[in-house]
Amino acid sequence: MDDDRRQTETTEALLIQNIRDGNSALFHDLIRPYERRAFLVAWSILRNQEDSEDAVQQGILRIFANLGQLEDPAKFPQWAMRIVENEARMSRRRRRGALYESIDGDEDGDAEPQHVRPRQFADWRELPDEALEQSEVRSAILDALNSLPGIYREIFVLRDMEHLNVAQAAQVLDIGVPAVKTRLHRARLMMREALAPRFARPSPPLWKRWKGLNPWFAAGQ
Amino acid sequence: MVRCRTIIDRLSEYMDGEASSELRRTIENHLRHCRRCSAVYDSTRQMLVIVGDERTFEVPTGFSERLHRFIDQAIAPA
Repeated sequence: MDDDRRQTETTEALLIQNIRDGNSALFHDLIRPYERRAFLVAWSILRNQEDSEDAVQQGILRIFANLGQLEDPAKFPQWAMRIVENEARMSRRRRRGALYESIDGDEDGDAEPQHVRPRQFADWRELPDEALEQSEVRSAILDALNSLPGIYREIFVLRDMEHLNVAQAAQVLDIGVPAVKTRLHRARLMMREALAPRFARPSPPLWKRWKGLNPWFAAGQ
Repeated sequence: MVRCRTIIDRLSEYMDGEASSELRRTIENHLRHCRRCSAVYDSTRQMLVIVGDERTFEVPTGFSERLHRFIDQAIAPA
């Protein structure tokens, strides 16, 4: 474990102890480093900003109420994010309604395909944000994320957007390390596939095609 | 000749620095010669740079303020 994390754990353990002892104002400081992650976790499940914000708030409430039950303060990040995740799932269930749930099943039970095969070979090696406005990039990413089945969206958010390491992501999702790696790889390929049509540059000049610099122009047709 | 499918299946391993030196050599050699796989590799890497950048994906404006106001009201008056 790196020193930064160890130090954070010590600080967190002290905060948690103080909050348990009644200094509840310190809860603000305990939560602050995890706000963004909490939002992304909720958002990855609910796909809607308003609902995600509500779920984060309800989750935070639950974290506070159950802080006394957290046995190992070092596990606070995983434990807390799990609570937010559960809150988001409950919210989704409520939103769908019991009827839908029973017919629909849980989308997180999505069968995992054996292989994800790239089909979009359009070349977008150039930085897309040079060509696209930041907001366009964001909405393209959100759309692509939305198109992913839940189990892939979650792992992608945790690993590639929130930069949790493999072991942390495995803990948060309560799956094994090999499953993290497999799902993440598929998630990345699915994301790339979904983004390709929007990030690919317009057809290159004819001479480039002639010179064979962009064979995927033909392959992609 | 290694098949493209094999290379694509191991790309994350390679990108995350977890490939053995032998696999790394195999992949790099393949990418040098295969335009399709190198396009997939380059764009995937590019995508990871973009999504991993905090500035790309921000939480909604005022999210943090609202959250802490909520904590103030519901839990912990500062």
